[in-house]
Amino acid sequence: MAMTETFYDVMRRQGITRRSLLKFCSLTATALGLGPSYVPQIAHAMETKPRTPVLWLHGLECTCCSESFIRSAHPLAKDVVLSMISLDYDDTLMASAGHQAEAILDEVMTKYKGNYILAVEGNPPLNQDGMSCIIGGKPFVDQLRKVAKDAKAIISWGSCASFGCVQAARPNPTRATPVHEVITDKPIIRVPGCPPIAEVMTGVITYMLTFDRIPPLDRMGRPLMFYSQRIHDKCYRRPHFDAGQFVEAFDDESARKGYCLYKVGCKGPTTYNACSTVRWNEGTSFPIQSGHGCIGCSEEGFWDKGSWYARLTDIHQFGIEANADKIGGVAAAAVGGAVAVHAAVSALKRAQQKGE
Amino acid sequence: MTSISEEELAELRERGKRLSAVYVYEAPLRAWHWLNALAIVCLCLTGYFIGQPLPTMPGEASANFLMGYIRFVHFTAALLFVVGFIGRMYWALVGNHHASQLFILPFWKGVWWVEVWEEIRWYLFLKREPRKYVGHNPLAQLAMFFFIVLGSLFMIFTGLALYSEGLMQGSWADKIAGWVLPMLGGSADVHAYHRLGMWIFVVFIIIHVYVAIREDIMSRQSIVSTMISGVRTFKDDRAE
Repeated sequence: MAMTETFYDVMRRQGITRRSLLKFCSLTATALGLGPSYVPQIAHAMETKPRTPVLWLHGLECTCCSESFIRSAHPLAKDVVLSMISLDYDDTLMASAGHQAEAILDEVMTKYKGNYILAVEGNPPLNQDGMSCIIGGKPFVDQLRKVAKDAKAIISWGSCASFGCVQAARPNPTRATPVHEVITDKPIIRVPGCPPIAEVMTGVITYMLTFDRIPPLDRMGRPLMFYSQRIHDKCYRRPHFDAGQFVEAFDDESARKGYCLYKVGCKGPTTYNACSTVRWNEGTSFPIQSGHGCIGCSEEGFWDKGSWYARLTDIHQFGIEANADKIGGVAAAAVGGAVAVHAAVSALKRAQQKGE
Repeated sequence: MTSISEEELAELRERGKRLSAVYVYEAPLRAWHWLNALAIVCLCLTGYFIGQPLPTMPGEASANFLMGYIRFVHFTAALLFVVGFIGRMYWALVGNHHASQLFILPFWKGVWWVEVWEEIRWYLFLKREPRKYVGHNPLAQLAMFFFIVLGSLFMIFTGLALYSEGLMQGSWADKIAGWVLPMLGGSADVHAYHRLGMWIFVVFIIIHVYVAIREDIMSRQSIVSTMISGVRTFKDDRAE
């Protein structure tokens, strides 16, 4: 096959200097937590490896993942990954449209069979024969199955593709289904978040293109380098948590002092993401830094787990929306009352029997 | 029994009574019971305040470590609870035959279920007096199995799963219980179920303490003192 074009060739054609490439390589190595010795390795890979195309499909979604992605704080990363490297198909971003766009999809799928990466933003709805999401006149689920068939690996962008997100929240009328429940025979990297952090997205793509393998994943298929710790573990307000200093209401003195948002429902302690380290918008801030608790957008089913301002998750199995403290408190009070009554009856009974 | 004087013995013989006492709970088992009880009380208290923290501490963050200490006590008590549970399982194998009663329900024995029902009737005031048991009565055995064996296992696995979140993937706690997190729907849900488990233990404590004291007064055998001395005594010599 005459596909000898490397990443470097493409970049040079796009007017990227070698100096910029090396800067990109060193910054990428840092972002991925690799030592300086990896910089030449990344540069070498960029120069010699045939480029791997990325096909980016959009299902049922709000495009916030794309919005995040194009704002990658790291301009070099953005330019290199988005414009130069390999984004061959992305109906939101590409210039061509209609049949022309779909033709590119077919072309890449044939030319790079088994050798392209499929990135999925959003998810397929399965009810009503998939009619709730139509791409090029066909249900999205068909396009997803078709493109996934010859993909090397799949990236599930965002909480939609990873877990289902808002369209899969109760009662999920269109039966929106996360990608891994539809495609079961391919390695899937889940990059949850609503949206995921831009640098996390470019980091994951760069890792895969550079090392030609999927990054180390945790039990739920998320890249360990960004999802191995909770927001809480690296939160700059953590000392206030350990000290027992909490915001009780959003307008109290503690809120002004920047204390821990645990009591007003911050989901940092149960949310795996890199917000507290990578942060957002060129590292400017993240929700907790601007005074609002984490809503846990990168966790499974975060829409259905009760208030964003409550500590405890709702437990739906009990019919009514209730949390563990309500259920437990009522149960303990009921049992306590029953015990008191039982004790009284026992005493009466005993007195009665003694009298006999 | 040596402390009983000749006079008293004579009196008892006259009444046709015989003092019977059986050594049921051996020392390691009793030690486990009380350490376990202490651990559970610690865990419920500290666990409650981890989920619903105390009012904000004044002063600099560096001058306070209240949540840190509460969590430290919780984790320490939790690990002692785990070690105790493992020790208890070991004792079920090497201790006397009463020691394994906690773990094995005679599920397929019809007679046992009949006696469970009889015991329920005793608690519903439908039976004048209960049967005598050297070990647990069948209803108690059933409750112990569900609350203490299954309840403890549930709390140990959900608890270690939450503990592994701090130690991170690949840690010992993660290897033992990390799988619980995705299985139960993620960290937040495991937190909620673990807290529900705390309430189940609170309910157990209420029932257990009440029933133990009530049985001690109203049944035909000793209960509370048995878990202190290990000796079960009976109040009468009638059969059944």
